Amino acid sequence: MPAVTETIDTVAAVTSGTYKYGFETEIEMEFAPKGLNEDIVRFISAKKNEPDWLLAWRLKAFAMWKTMEEPHWPAVSYPQIDYQDAYYYAAPVKKQGPRSLDEVDPELLRTYEKLGIPLKEQAILAGVEGAGESPAEGRMPIAVDAVFDSVSVATSYKERLGKEGIIFCSISEAVQEHPELVRQYLGSVVPQGDNFFAALNSAVFTDGSFVYIPKGVRCPMELSTYFRINAKSTGQFERTLIIADEGATVSYLEGCTAPMRDENQLHAAVVELVALDDASIKYSTVQNWYPGDENGVGGIYNFVTKRGACRGKRSKISWTQVETGSSITWKYPSCILQGDDSVGEFYSVAITNNRQQADTGTKMIHIGRNTRSTIVSKGISAGKGQNTYRGLVKILPKASGARNFTQCDSLLIGDQCGAHTVPYIENRCISAKVEHEATTSRIAEDQLFYCRQRGLSEEDAVGLIVNGFCREVLKELPMEFAVEAQKLLQISLEGSVG
Amino acid sequence: MLKIEGLRAEIEGKEILKGIDLEVPTGEIHAIMGPNGSGKSTLSYVLSGREGYEITGGSATFNGQDLLAMEPEERAATGLFLAFQYPVELPGVGNANFLRTALNAQRRAKGESELDAMQFLKLARERMRALSMPEDMLKRGVNVGFSGGEKKRNEVLQMALLKPSLAILDETDSGLDIDALKIVADGVNAMRGPDFSSLVITHYQRLLDYIVPDRVHVLMQGRIVQSGGPELAKQLEASGYASVEAA
Ligand SMILES: Nc1ncnc2c1ncn2[C@@H]1O[C@H](COP(=O)(O)OP(=O)(O)OP(=O)(O)O)[C@@H](O)[C@H]1O
Ligand SMILES: [Mg+2]
Repeated sequence: MPAVTETIDTVAAVTSGTYKYGFETEIEMEFAPKGLNEDIVRFISAKKNEPDWLLAWRLKAFAMWKTMEEPHWPAVSYPQIDYQDAYYYAAPVKKQGPRSLDEVDPELLRTYEKLGIPLKEQAILAGVEGAGESPAEGRMPIAVDAVFDSVSVATSYKERLGKEGIIFCSISEAVQEHPELVRQYLGSVVPQGDNFFAALNSAVFTDGSFVYIPKGVRCPMELSTYFRINAKSTGQFERTLIIADEGATVSYLEGCTAPMRDENQLHAAVVELVALDDASIKYSTVQNWYPGDENGVGGIYNFVTKRGACRGKRSKISWTQVETGSSITWKYPSCILQGDDSVGEFYSVAITNNRQQADTGTKMIHIGRNTRSTIVSKGISAGKGQNTYRGLVKILPKASGARNFTQCDSLLIGDQCGAHTVPYIENRCISAKVEHEATTSRIAEDQLFYCRQRGLSEEDAVGLIVNGFCREVLKELPMEFAVEAQKLLQISLEGSVG
Repeated sequence: MLKIEGLRAEIEGKEILKGIDLEVPTGEIHAIMGPNGSGKSTLSYVLSGREGYEITGGSATFNGQDLLAMEPEERAATGLFLAFQYPVELPGVGNANFLRTALNAQRRAKGESELDAMQFLKLARERMRALSMPEDMLKRGVNVGFSGGEKKRNEVLQMALLKPSLAILDETDSGLDIDALKIVADGVNAMRGPDFSSLVITHYQRLLDYIVPDRVHVLMQGRIVQSGGPELAKQLEASGYASVEAA
């Protein structure tokens, strides 16, 4: 069983209204001064010993950001964010090369433990020398790259992957070791000035993951990253870049948790995927950031730009997301279907309970011929939650034979929540076919009673029915992740009935 | 023993049960017959705890426990099972998953160990064979796309797995072909024993040829108006409910 599953097994024990990951780790941290200006951008770049081109790239992004405004079109509302009142760089103080777990900062280990990461992986994550050589017995190897605040603490299984020519490391490391690849692809899918949050991220990103799968290689294991916001008042700006070269295949998992705090924290990540001819990338997210309490105090602002470019012929990018956390989610994992016969998929479950708000969906841009896209979105609203699906299907004139199928289903629990569906369709090609289906339903009283008559508690009954509602999406997740997601769905809805 | 005394219940301000008196001693099977709309399903829902009914009088106890004070799942845990007249569809919820979740919830409530997926499958397959149910019905969504008869068989399968001590079967025979009727009846008869009692609601004497009841009651306009042995069902079949009213 991989770390993620064990993590969630522990979560299952949680009672209503509590957030399992609401702990804070006290380790020595190094901060840049609060606030954001050109000097901070330079400081970050210098700290990371970056080449000049990257500093220039960041400064350009910063200059663009200064002229931009936060988007106001999403159906979410929140108080003004003070960008000068946050730290943009926080990293655990490095104690070089521990040789065993005893030498690792015990606070750090305790954090991993609370996250449910098994000892073997803990050792790898903490950078214990030699710990990553062989996978722990009896479990499918999963390569984990833990992002602890801004700095990737360690990367596991690197050597094993290295044998296949696969590069899986932190983006900072990639900048040092593979600058040509980073320079070629960074910002090629999400340019610096793409949007307000992407510009901010481009200026100040501190870490994230980098994956390169060489031609014809099928990545032998799931690649996985834990992102974890820990330090107080720290924004997290990871930057992830995944490149699948011709004929390559990779499945990438991203899981998130964050400590519980009364103040809101900003998470503005950028994820870029590039698939060349016949390549396939599957990107799965289970997002469980702290959602705030039942009165809407605290929680993560999850403003994320995720986009994949199907550059090659017959390439495929598939996004699967289960969004249960964050106080506000604003994200639209998208596909640019440029190569002929390329395929884009978006499978999403978004839950909003209490006062959570989610405005999420996707963009499928059909450029190449016979490009196909599938969108399956399941929105669940409970409590006073607001859930908006916002999607764009755009078919350009040359995309003859393009096809899209969109299905948006909303499930309402209680009568104080809301579900909204905003599909935009721009079809500029007569031979293209676009289908859209949408439903809104409630959990029926007879369904609940049927389950309870069989002995299920009301909450278990809701969990079962909701999982059934999401089945089409959950089955897209890698097995181990699916189990986690199912449990999370149920936990997220605790207290929503009765 | 199930003991119902002077039970009155209304829904949306309309009185449906108007003082039901009924005793089903442990180990017995009683049949309830009565015209459409007389309150048979209402009685089964009130006993199993469905929301929306207001109990305006009387009591219902099972082995001395006050049923009406319990949550539906607590009643299930004490051994009460209702085979629904109209089984409910749960889209996307696999039948096997549902059955195992239900079984384990009840085992937990009884302090028994839960069954893992393998143990459960073995048990379920065995019970399904006895009911001549194709195995793929485990994989399908609960009752989704099941034919009328398949839904009823699925109810009996659940009963066979959950092993209730009191089963209320609400028109489980309706919509069944002759062979299925026999299979379902066998399923109920297999449960028969000193610790099992049942209320069988039906419109047809035919079922009672297979499940021979200890007593037959006639429910009309919210009251039990006549009770008797198995011969009462035959009499009703011959002359209809008009004869009861006259009586
Ligand atoms: N929600 C409701 N609102 C108003 N009346 C209701 C409601 N539910 C049931 N009733 C009425 O209660 C009466 C009894 O219904 P019930 O379903 O118990 O009958 P039944 O004896 O099971 O009939 P059948 O043999 O047709 O199954 C009917 O007149 C029905 O219309
Ligand atoms: Mg009825």
